[in-house]
Amino acid sequence: MTVRGLSKRFGGAVIYQDFDLDIPRGELISVFGPNGCGKSTLINMIAGLIPMDAGRVLFDGQTIDEITFGYVFQNYREAMFPWMRAFDNIEYPLKLRRVPRAERRARVERLVEHLGVKIDLNRYPYQLSGGQQQLISIMRALVVEPEILFLDEPFSALDYEMTLFMREQLQRIFAETRTTTVLVSHDLEEAVYLADRILLLSRGPARVADFPVYAAPRPRTDETLSEASFVRMKAHCLEIFQREVRRT
Amino acid sequence: MKMPSFEPLRPIIGVIALVLLWYWVVWMRLVDPVLLPPPVDTFKAMWTGMTGGKLGLDFVRTVERTVYATAIAAVIAIPLGIVLGSAEKMYRSLEFVIDFFRSTPASALFPLFLVLFGVGNKTKISVAAFGAALVILFNVAYGVMNARKTRLLAAKVMGASRLRILFDVMLRESLPQTFVGLRNGVSLALVIVVVAEMFIGSTDGLGNRVFEAQQMFEMPDMYAAIFAAGALGYGLNLLFLTMERRFVHWSGK
Repeated sequence: MTVRGLSKRFGGAVIYQDFDLDIPRGELISVFGPNGCGKSTLINMIAGLIPMDAGRVLFDGQTIDEITFGYVFQNYREAMFPWMRAFDNIEYPLKLRRVPRAERRARVERLVEHLGVKIDLNRYPYQLSGGQQQLISIMRALVVEPEILFLDEPFSALDYEMTLFMREQLQRIFAETRTTTVLVSHDLEEAVYLADRILLLSRGPARVADFPVYAAPRPRTDETLSEASFVRMKAHCLEIFQREVRRT
Repeated sequence: MKMPSFEPLRPIIGVIALVLLWYWVVWMRLVDPVLLPPPVDTFKAMWTGMTGGKLGLDFVRTVERTVYATAIAAVIAIPLGIVLGSAEKMYRSLEFVIDFFRSTPASALFPLFLVLFGVGNKTKISVAAFGAALVILFNVAYGVMNARKTRLLAAKVMGASRLRILFDVMLRESLPQTFVGLRNGVSLALVIVVVAEMFIGSTDGLGNRVFEAQQMFEMPDMYAAIFAAGALGYGLNLLFLTMERRFVHWSGK
């Protein structure tokens, strides 16, 4: 994915000015940066949810409308359709693509099996826990077999226990599907732990402050968190973050 | 040993207390017995009236008018509310007019509708439908306008067309508010129908029954008709609540 000359302003504030970025295929990229620097705005513009003032985003030369992508919202409660059972929620994007009913079923079931999900999909979203709901909405994004998956702070509405569990789920999903993934996070530990590369953004107008590679082998576990390479990477990111926060 | 649960019977307490208070007022002669007959006489009047008496016929007439009025209102106001709600600029242009007539007491429009439709059934039903339609319209439009932005975005990001978003998301999202509108609408329709039956050349209906009983000084009949009207209002509300729970199971969750 290549971003070229991206510009965006809200009112008088310049959020992005001639912003360039390259994201390699098949990697999980975490986006981290100071509050209000436009982390979510970035993926929203890339995914076409909000318009950009100038610039171009291409995926192997194609625009966002030409590719298949998935998007997971922070607020799963409002992103799910509560009048549909979990199963129908997951298959909805296939329905939009006029995939026949039998094939829809098969594809959802394949995905469920693939991910090893053990949730009663006949339930309605409000009958499930927050983590389960977010898992359903991740599955809804994955069922179309996207070329790229965007996640906007997907775990920030969950409690800590559920967040840890969901990190593992996401890691598993990524290992299984190898879908190019862009994850916006406000938790540095999570950002480093899950990522192949961490995109560190500066205060507005946002630039790429650093884009380090974190190459620890997968699957990563709790032990990863205390390994020297992890601690070093986290410290490095924190240093850059602090520098960007203090910069006026 | 576990005591059998008393909770389901709790609402009955208020009813028993009211009847006891009523007996006590009658027994102490605090009110002229002609104005306030004992409960037993009233319930007797209600029973004979509802089982083959005139009260039963009046009850049916009022139900018919209220149901017609609400149905007409719903058929007109729900599609219109959806259209206006999904075109917010258009709604904003009409908001004042809708709010103005929604705030106008429908009873003030009786003379106008009398001129338009004469003294028959049409007038009663159309005034009630007019009042109910505005309430339903307002609620449906707001239900559509207040559809969760994230949900609309979610559908958009999955590639849903505007029309799909309208039918798959906005319509569902507006259902809880639509039912609020229907419940308020049917209550208002009943009020208007009963008032219309009292005063604009009626020969039947609960309003007419109450009014006539009062004119003839048949107090037990009058109270019986009042209770019948109350039961009707309560029943209609309950009916819509049950429908809402059935069709909008996700409401408030």
